[in-house]
Amino acid sequence: MDRVVIVGGGQAGLEAAAALRAQGYEGTVTLVCEEPHAPYQRPPLSKQFLLGKQDAGSLPLRAVMFYEKHRINLILGDRATEINRGGKRIHLAGGGSLAYDHLILAVGARNRTLPVDGREQVVYLRTLDEAETLKQRLTEASSVAVIGGGFIGLEVAATARKLGKMVTVIEAGPRLMARAVSPLLSEFFLNLHLAHGVAVRLNASVDAAAGADLVVAGIGVIPNMELAREAGLAVANGIVVDEYLRTSDPDVFAIGDCAAHPNRFAGGRTRLESVQNAVDQAKCVARTIAGEPTSYGDVPWFWTDQFDVRFQMAGLGAGHDLHVARGSIEDHKFSVFYFKEGRLLAVDSVNRFGDHVAARKLLTAGTPLTPEQAVDESVDLKQLATAHS
Amino acid sequence: MPKVTYISHTGESTTIEVAVGTTAMENAVRNGIDGILAECGGACMCATCHVFVDPAFLDRLPPIGEEQEEMLGSTFEARQPNSRLSCQIEMRPEYDGLIVRMPARQT
Ligand SMILES: Cc1cc2nc3c(=O)[nH]c(=O)nc-3n(C[C@H](O)[C@H](O)[C@H](O)COP(=O)(O)OP(=O)(O)OC[C@H]3O[C@@H](n4cnc5c(N)ncnc54)[C@H](O)[C@@H]3O)c2cc1C
Ligand code: FES
Repeated sequence: MDRVVIVGGGQAGLEAAAALRAQGYEGTVTLVCEEPHAPYQRPPLSKQFLLGKQDAGSLPLRAVMFYEKHRINLILGDRATEINRGGKRIHLAGGGSLAYDHLILAVGARNRTLPVDGREQVVYLRTLDEAETLKQRLTEASSVAVIGGGFIGLEVAATARKLGKMVTVIEAGPRLMARAVSPLLSEFFLNLHLAHGVAVRLNASVDAAAGADLVVAGIGVIPNMELAREAGLAVANGIVVDEYLRTSDPDVFAIGDCAAHPNRFAGGRTRLESVQNAVDQAKCVARTIAGEPTSYGDVPWFWTDQFDVRFQMAGLGAGHDLHVARGSIEDHKFSVFYFKEGRLLAVDSVNRFGDHVAARKLLTAGTPLTPEQAVDESVDLKQLATAHS
Repeated sequence: MPKVTYISHTGESTTIEVAVGTTAMENAVRNGIDGILAECGGACMCATCHVFVDPAFLDRLPPIGEEQEEMLGSTFEARQPNSRLSCQIEMRPEYDGLIVRMPARQT
């Protein structure tokens, strides 16, 4: 019987196992998870879970009975240490080994850490265990320094502020979330945090964290690619895959946060860290393994919640040469449309849900949109998107 | 505790007791009910928790919020007047007996 082994029980790994069964794949499916917990959601860890509005019981992506019912062998608390590609077998830290016909690497990414200089009290956030620690430490702290003004740092800052803490965000660069958003949005989020009483230090060093009761760092992630590299697979800021999410070995695939994949919206190879990418790559690889080779081409989307703002992104805006806004920045209800050489690249929306949904459709279908149409509220984007799809 | 009945597209029915304040989506996932995928975990971003609410309960549910309204435009199976995203149905005592039907496909 055909055998699929999936290494990594994050959302990408779980969704791949589930999608294989949904595709009618009849072989064996084994999911190897280093963490002691069955696959769970990460997004709430910096939001509702940290805030105390969502309990750990609601985090699992599937109930235990799901794995039994769908014959998914779930191995918890063990780690793949070696891939023997010649023998088509992976070795586990616990001493066991598993034979595969298809191997899916869904090993994700780990937090970048600060150079150790007596700051061993710094807390990071990626896993449920880390979130539990952070949540506990937050109850005891009255002042919190957040190192890193990216999505996760800012979500933690907003949550800590809602919990009544004195919060300082320390960002090394000149603006917030610089890797993912345009200067206009960086400015918007800076003002949002300031208005809610968060102190924000830009161009600042970590020394600015001195004196805080609690120091949290969210300074980006490093893709887990050692396992792949040691097996001789191509790696470069992630595990290198083709449009079918295949590594340099046709029986080995990589998906999710660890996969450096060709992306038509990036105009080249990229690595995305999002639920959308984890889920859609999982479904894509499952189709391919189930016998229907499928190339990956889904539109990227992402969300973040900070204070009263729901921020949604569709597409990838890097490299844009023009941007226009629709709606009202003062009212916290607007979207920014990014263009390159007249072609729509991405749309960022602040509390403009309809724009976001329309943007996904427009980008998926490649429907032309002019900057003039984008700013004109009398142009119904939804209608435009439906008309062309 | 209010009860919810989930009916699959093939007619398979499961009734469970749920805690007030939890969502219809989250209880389906916790109880291993196939037919609700909830890829975004209830963030109203994916529309893979689409259900058809039994018309008898429709007027008890609160009006559809703006976010849900928009996301309902992205369901895999065509939206019906009784379509809801189950992650946006937060259980209340007066929903006791709620019946939701799940589409054949969510994605
Ligand atoms: C706090 C937080 C908030 C977020 N918020 C959002 C959000 O609002 N919206 C959004 O779209 N995205 C968000 N994300 C990102 C999203 O959660 C990730 O992109 C997604 O979880 C990636 O899934 P993955 O399965 O690729 O990787 P991971 O989630 O990193 O999972 C990989 C798993 O593999 C395991 N593993 C690694 N190596 C091995 C090995 N050798 N053997 C066995 N197991 C191994 C790891 O322990 C890990 O459990 C957030 C992330 C975090 C941390
Ligand atoms: S779970 Fe994603 S929209 Fe309901």
